[in-house]
Amino acid sequence: MSDVKYSKEHEWIKLEGEIATIGITKHATEMLGDIVFTELPEKGSNVEKDGTAGVVESTKAASDVYTPVSGEVVDTNQAIVDDPSKINQDPENTAWFFKLKVKDKSEISSLMNKEDYDKFAKESSS
Amino acid sequence: METKKTSLYKLHQDNKAKFVEFAGYQMPIQYPEGIVEEHKFTRNHSGIFDVSHMGQLFIYGDDNLIKDLEKIFPLDLKNLKLNHSKYSFLMNDEAGIYDDLIVTKIDTGFLIILNAACKQNDFEILSKLLKNKYKMVLDEKRSLIAIQGPKSVKILDNFISGVKDLSFMSGNWFLFQEQKIYITRSGYTGEDGFEVSVPNEHAEKFTKKLIEKGAKLIGLGARDTLRLEAGLCLYGHELDKDKTPVEANLKWAISKERVSKGNFIGSDKINKQLVNGVNKIRVGIKPEGRVIAREKTKIFNQSDLHIGEITSGTFGPSVNGPVAMGYVENEFSKKDTKIFLEVRGKKHPASICGLPFYKKSYVKGANK
Repeated sequence: MSDVKYSKEHEWIKLEGEIATIGITKHATEMLGDIVFTELPEKGSNVEKDGTAGVVESTKAASDVYTPVSGEVVDTNQAIVDDPSKINQDPENTAWFFKLKVKDKSEISSLMNKEDYDKFAKESSS
Repeated sequence: METKKTSLYKLHQDNKAKFVEFAGYQMPIQYPEGIVEEHKFTRNHSGIFDVSHMGQLFIYGDDNLIKDLEKIFPLDLKNLKLNHSKYSFLMNDEAGIYDDLIVTKIDTGFLIILNAACKQNDFEILSKLLKNKYKMVLDEKRSLIAIQGPKSVKILDNFISGVKDLSFMSGNWFLFQEQKIYITRSGYTGEDGFEVSVPNEHAEKFTKKLIEKGAKLIGLGARDTLRLEAGLCLYGHELDKDKTPVEANLKWAISKERVSKGNFIGSDKINKQLVNGVNKIRVGIKPEGRVIAREKTKIFNQSDLHIGEITSGTFGPSVNGPVAMGYVENEFSKKDTKIFLEVRGKKHPASICGLPFYKKSYVKGANK
């Protein structure tokens, strides 16, 4: 899908109109292992590009989730809080993390496309 | 220093293990199924753990050795039966723990299983204490393989006839393809199981046999979640040389007979603590929500006083929630005491709880 972009922190972002849906990549879930805890930003809060916007924890360790763009949180995915294992099962689709009303669409242009991200992920894990 | 590999390294690789360096060894942390599945498989079926990085110390000797070891360990070794094992500690004069270990009386003396990160230091301390009077071998030529979980007895007895008759914390020599292997009914997961000392060159064959019979390789990641659910201590976390067995709430492992007479390293301190009590003590901790409180998390009481710290914390797959252990000031150590855990700047409610989190199913007495 060409309209999905990727960050160096292993988040994906899909923009539809003003609203961006953000989650973590399959590669990220493979690095983390079994995810057993998720914390999401509060609805209505504002998040800044590259700032923390949640936490995921595997049995081994906790990791911050960053937002690749700034905006207001308009929705969060309660399903992955109730059952964090859903993130391992379907990270780049139904297990999205939060939706933002994007402040500045130009922030998205600096992100990677699928091909570049796959290359980046491969290099960063080797 | 170059990292060492166990004799099962290739087998781990073939099974697509992810490796971590642990105590100078390349060890499998997990396999493709992941820690949660590996954990559950061990609880429901049978898991194989390569624990060859742990020390297998053979000390050869007779009654004099028993007398000398009793000056070191708080155990009633005179009355320990042949092929029976006890959990114990190597301590300093202040009863601080250098290592926690398993001592087994064997036909030629004693076999002591040591933690990987401590084994070299233990060897030096013990050599000095025993004044080189006895032959001591920290055997690098043998692997140690644990097989844990309810199906383990059937799987192992299938090709090593007689293991089903071992009772918990006892062992014996058996033969595997004409090789002498030493098997104890023990483990560190809260499940029934065995630990098998096998010559390195036969370790892979032995492990493949277990796999063929239905057991699966399990990594150190699941080993940690299993032992934590079982309420068992991990050296370097719950135990170190600034903590005593009494503080670690492990006084059950100290022989009552021995402690009344003293005369072992650390006995004065232990006696004092048993009489006067301790300032801090190890407890089980159950967070109320899903938040995981990891090692070094600060613990507060209801008046917001800092009363302790978490030493291990994770998600317990069989408990299906977070579990932790830590040290708190003694007055806050009662079961059901409400406490707060500071995670990422927020205080989360939790309570002191009994251990284990997950009920053990050790076999106490086998059919004899």
